Amino acid sequence: MVKKLQLKDLYDGFRDPKTIKAYKKLIDIELENYDKTINIMEVCGGHTHTIMKYGLPQILNKKINFVHGPGCPVCVMPKERVDSAYELSLQKDVILVTLGDMIKVPGSRGSLQDARAKGADVRFVYSPMDCLKIATENKDKKVVFFAIGFETTTPMTCALLEQVIKNDIKNILFHINHITVPEVMRALVDKKDNKIDAFLGPAHVSVISGSKIYEEFPLRYNKPVVVSGFEPVDVIESIYMLVCQFVQNRVELEVEYKRVVSFEGNIKAQELVDKYLIKTSFEFRGVGTILESGYELREEYKKYNAKLVYDEILPKNRAKENKACRCPDILSGVAKPLDCKLFGTVCTPTNPIGSCMVSSEGACSAYYKYGNLLK
Amino acid sequence: MCLSIPSKIKSIDKDTNSCVVDTMGVERTACLDLIDQEVKVGDYVLIHIGFAMNKIDEVDALESLKVYQEIIEKLEEKEKQEALNG
Repeated sequence: MVKKLQLKDLYDGFRDPKTIKAYKKLIDIELENYDKTINIMEVCGGHTHTIMKYGLPQILNKKINFVHGPGCPVCVMPKERVDSAYELSLQKDVILVTLGDMIKVPGSRGSLQDARAKGADVRFVYSPMDCLKIATENKDKKVVFFAIGFETTTPMTCALLEQVIKNDIKNILFHINHITVPEVMRALVDKKDNKIDAFLGPAHVSVISGSKIYEEFPLRYNKPVVVSGFEPVDVIESIYMLVCQFVQNRVELEVEYKRVVSFEGNIKAQELVDKYLIKTSFEFRGVGTILESGYELREEYKKYNAKLVYDEILPKNRAKENKACRCPDILSGVAKPLDCKLFGTVCTPTNPIGSCMVSSEGACSAYYKYGNLLK
Repeated sequence: MCLSIPSKIKSIDKDTNSCVVDTMGVERTACLDLIDQEVKVGDYVLIHIGFAMNKIDEVDALESLKVYQEIIEKLEEKEKQEALNG
C-alpha cells in the first residue's frame, strides 16, 4: 500500500538538507575521475533563484559551473516595449494591467511605477482573470492587459481573451509580449562564443509545452537537457543526471520533474494558444531579434490588439541602453553579475539600472540578495 | 515570476469552472480553464498566476521521495562500513 501523499511531503521532501547532501556526494563520486568543467546553463530565472538561494555553487563540486540564461520574461523585455507600456498607461482612458516585476523595469522615460506617480492608473494583478473584474468596475475606461511571459503564462492570456469574447466584454485590450524558450536557446547555442555544455530545462514552461520542445538540443546541437523542478532537491538531482550523462558519454533529453511534466505537455493550453496567437519575431534584450520567438494576436482578433488601437501614440524608435550595463552579456551566458562594474554599486535592487537587477528572478538580483554566500 | 508551489484542491465550483486550493495553509481561488483532465477535491495541482496548470502525479512524487530515502540510506551504510573498516 502506497503512503498517501501529504502537502507537507511536497514542500519538505523536495527541500530536505539530507537529500541535498546525499546528491552532492553522489556528484563528487561521479566526477572523481572526470577532468573537465561542465558549464550548465539554467535557462529559467526560477532556477537561478533556487541555485543562489540554496547556495548550490558553494556546495557543489567545482567542476560544475552555472551559466545563467535568458529565461526571465522581465529581464529580456526590450526597453521600447517598456516605453510602450509607459505611454499606454499615461492615456487618460487607460487602466494598464500587468504581472510580476514588470512595474519596476526602467524604460527610457521611467518605469510604470514612475508613471503611476505621475497619476497613471497602473495595476499589478495576481491573475490575468482579475482584468475581468477591473473592466466591469470601470466601464468608462479601457483595460489594457500588458501580457508578458514565456510558454507558462501565454495560455492564461488566451484564457482571458476567450472569456472576453464569450462574455462580449468591450473594454479589455491586449498588448502581447509573449515569448518562447526553444528559439532563444537555439540563438544562444548558435553563438560562436557560447560557453554552454548542457541545459537545465525550465520547469513550468515544460508543464505547458511538454519536454518535446527540447528534443533538438541533444540531437542537433549535442547538448544534453534535463527538465528540472524548482525545489533545491529537484535542481541538484537534475545536476546529478546531467553529470551522469557526461561521465557515461551520453547526450540525451531527460525529465527529472516527472510529477508534472509529460512529453506532450498540456494539449488544451497549447490549442488555446494556437487558436488566438500567431508566431512573430521578438527582440530579446541582450540576445537580439529572433525569428518566430514571440507571439502576436491573430488578424481576426485585431480589435482586441492595443498595438493597433493605440498605434499613433506608441513609440517607434529603438530605445538606447546604458552602455556600462552588462545585462546583455549576462542574459546570453557570456558574463556573470560580478563581472559588471555597476553591480552592487550604482545598480542595486532599489536603484536598478538593468533588467537583471529589477526582476527578483534576474541573475543580478539573485546574486545581490544571496551574494554573501559567494564570499 | 515562475515560482509556483503545489496546492491541494479544497472545493470545486463547476459554474465558474474554478476551485479553492490550499497552498501552504493559504486558501485562494484558481481558474480551471486550462485543465483537460478530471480533477477532484483532494487532488494536488500546480497553480501559476491564478490558474491550475496541471495535476501533480502522486505516484511519481512518492517514487522520487522513496528514491531519495534509499540514496541516503545507501550512502549512510557505505559510510558506516568505511568507518568500521578503518
